[in-house]
Amino acid sequence: MKNKKVQIPQIIICIYLLILLVVVNVIGIPIVGIINESFIKWAMNGVLVLSLVPMINVGAGMNFGMPIGISAGLIGLCIAIELRLQGVIGFITAMIVGSLIAIVFGLCYSKILNRLKGKEEIIGTFAGFSFIPIMNFFWTLVPFKNRQMLYPVGGKGLRPKISLKNYFEGILDNSLVVKIGEFQIPVALILFFLILCFLIQYLYRTRVGHVMTAVSENEKFAQISGVNINKYRTKGIILSTILAAIGICVYSQSYGFVELYDGPFMMAFPAVSAILIGGASSKSATVKQVLIGTYLLQTTYLLSIPVANAILVPEITEVLRMIITNGIILYAFLYKGGSKKYGKI
Amino acid sequence: MEKYKRYLVPLFFLVLSIIGIIGAGVSMNFVLSELYARFVRNGIFVIALLIPIMAGMGINFAIKVGALAAHTALIIIADNQIYGLKGFLLAILISTVLSVILGNIIGYILNKAKGKEMITSIVIGFLATNLYQLLFMVGYGTIIKAKNSEIMLSRGIGLRNNIDLAEFKKLFDGILTIRVGDTNESLAPVIIIVVVALLVYYISGSRIGHHIKAVGGNINTSQAVGIDTNRVRRIAIVISTVLASLGQIMYIQNIGMLNIYTDHLNIDIFSAAALLVGGATLKNANIRNAFIGVLLFHTLFIVSPLAGQNLFKHAALGEYFRSFLAYGTIVFAFIMNLRYESESKL
Repeated sequence: MKNKKVQIPQIIICIYLLILLVVVNVIGIPIVGIINESFIKWAMNGVLVLSLVPMINVGAGMNFGMPIGISAGLIGLCIAIELRLQGVIGFITAMIVGSLIAIVFGLCYSKILNRLKGKEEIIGTFAGFSFIPIMNFFWTLVPFKNRQMLYPVGGKGLRPKISLKNYFEGILDNSLVVKIGEFQIPVALILFFLILCFLIQYLYRTRVGHVMTAVSENEKFAQISGVNINKYRTKGIILSTILAAIGICVYSQSYGFVELYDGPFMMAFPAVSAILIGGASSKSATVKQVLIGTYLLQTTYLLSIPVANAILVPEITEVLRMIITNGIILYAFLYKGGSKKYGKI
Repeated sequence: MEKYKRYLVPLFFLVLSIIGIIGAGVSMNFVLSELYARFVRNGIFVIALLIPIMAGMGINFAIKVGALAAHTALIIIADNQIYGLKGFLLAILISTVLSVILGNIIGYILNKAKGKEMITSIVIGFLATNLYQLLFMVGYGTIIKAKNSEIMLSRGIGLRNNIDLAEFKKLFDGILTIRVGDTNESLAPVIIIVVVALLVYYISGSRIGHHIKAVGGNINTSQAVGIDTNRVRRIAIVISTVLASLGQIMYIQNIGMLNIYTDHLNIDIFSAAALLVGGATLKNANIRNAFIGVLLFHTLFIVSPLAGQNLFKHAALGEYFRSFLAYGTIVFAFIMNLRYESESKL
């Protein structure tokens, strides 16, 4: 019975996807181009979705505070641009610097979350939201010198959208593209994403991973067995923050721009929605759910663009996208919560 | 000492406001007249948050939905071109009816998500905004035909970004005029807010008010004594939504212009922050907190961009500071309250 219930969002999304596919066919838009695009969207957003897994699996709920990790990654990207590092070196530097900053941010974030167990989602949401103005201070005041990232007028403060064209735009997307007939598969991008997925999967086969899962499944029991719960929660939260930092690097190189200021504001929501479609709950999530959920959600987004253009109301794409995203999250709160019940057993 | 502890947060913000006023280098008259406008615009929203807190549901971030009901009512009024006092009262009537319906739906949803009301109400707010956008960006012109073509976009689908409601702005002109700062303002909106506050005070003392407080105190006990807890919680949300819709009508009346797609966006966050600044907690809030909070929070809101401009030659910094204050206050309140909760359990 329970398994059947979990599938409902997936069923709805699949039906919606099918309807869109039929409409796209009727309008006469080449399906091959959409499939090619869907691979890129999948891996581009996949790492951000993957970043939710460690936190869910230490019982810290959905990471609505993702803007914190994203900000760390953005700092990494900005430093790489400031140093004018191009190509692979620039991208790797961005990820390494971003991850190092994410460790610090994640540590602070975990300090807050560990104080307020059971309320992580609401706290995370507001911690993420309030982190954005703090970062805005940083973006405005940081003494970077590279003119390509500063406001054209005045030359002070970073601009909201920094182009990566001269640095590492599409570094993963465009390298190692395998062409099979009309299909183009961005092997480097997908490989990078899958390696990260594999590493996370591997983590849950090690001892540390087992303990983490135990913590989320039954905190009381883990505590009695002598596990230092806060230590593992901290580890999980830091890992999530690091993955979010790497995720935004992957996202930005595909997107071609680094979005600062209010850019990361709502980024947590599509990611949470994706993992929920995959069938995760706020207590447990697997890498498989990440892969399925991200592909389904991103492809729906992708298909709705030509359909909306065909009916001459382009704004509808964004609105429909948000309705799907938020609708799925709301559904999950209503029918998959049950955290209280688990707590009492 | 314990008695004065709850005034710590308002005091802290009072000091911040004074620093802000000095830093901005503006006259007291300017602050007062701005404050009047902001009090009139935001007062009722903050009062609307009180009853859900009493019912133990935390902050109702879904007051956005009430604001959307008000928008819908005003759009209907503008579409049919009913202006003046008649239009204003009709708008209040329509928005109240809509909010009762929507409030029941929200209450029903929140009853299914007990213990997660706050995050759920945030998501409800977002989702309602999206559905509302769908209705007015796409629905108008395709399914619904507008009578007044002035409110439509030239392409024939969707409404314009703003509707001129200057007719309503004149509504209170010349009634009970008082001098606030540099301008002459009407006392009527303030009286409406005070009446609403008294109404909430009356409700909290009435039979249903006692039930609401009982449910807020201990839901299991209340259920055991025979109170229909789900119904009580739903009523709390309905009252909150209705008040929020009235608040949004007051807000738009004061501005004289309806920005269809943006006017409601941050009211939930700012109202919540204002209430918490006033010394409220997630379990305990009263009308005094609401009034103190609105005045303090909005004083800071008025002066912080000016102070940023004046001190750092950068208006945006003040802007960032105030949005940080709004979100930061809420995080701070969570940390303080929930720690208190775990202490009291021991």
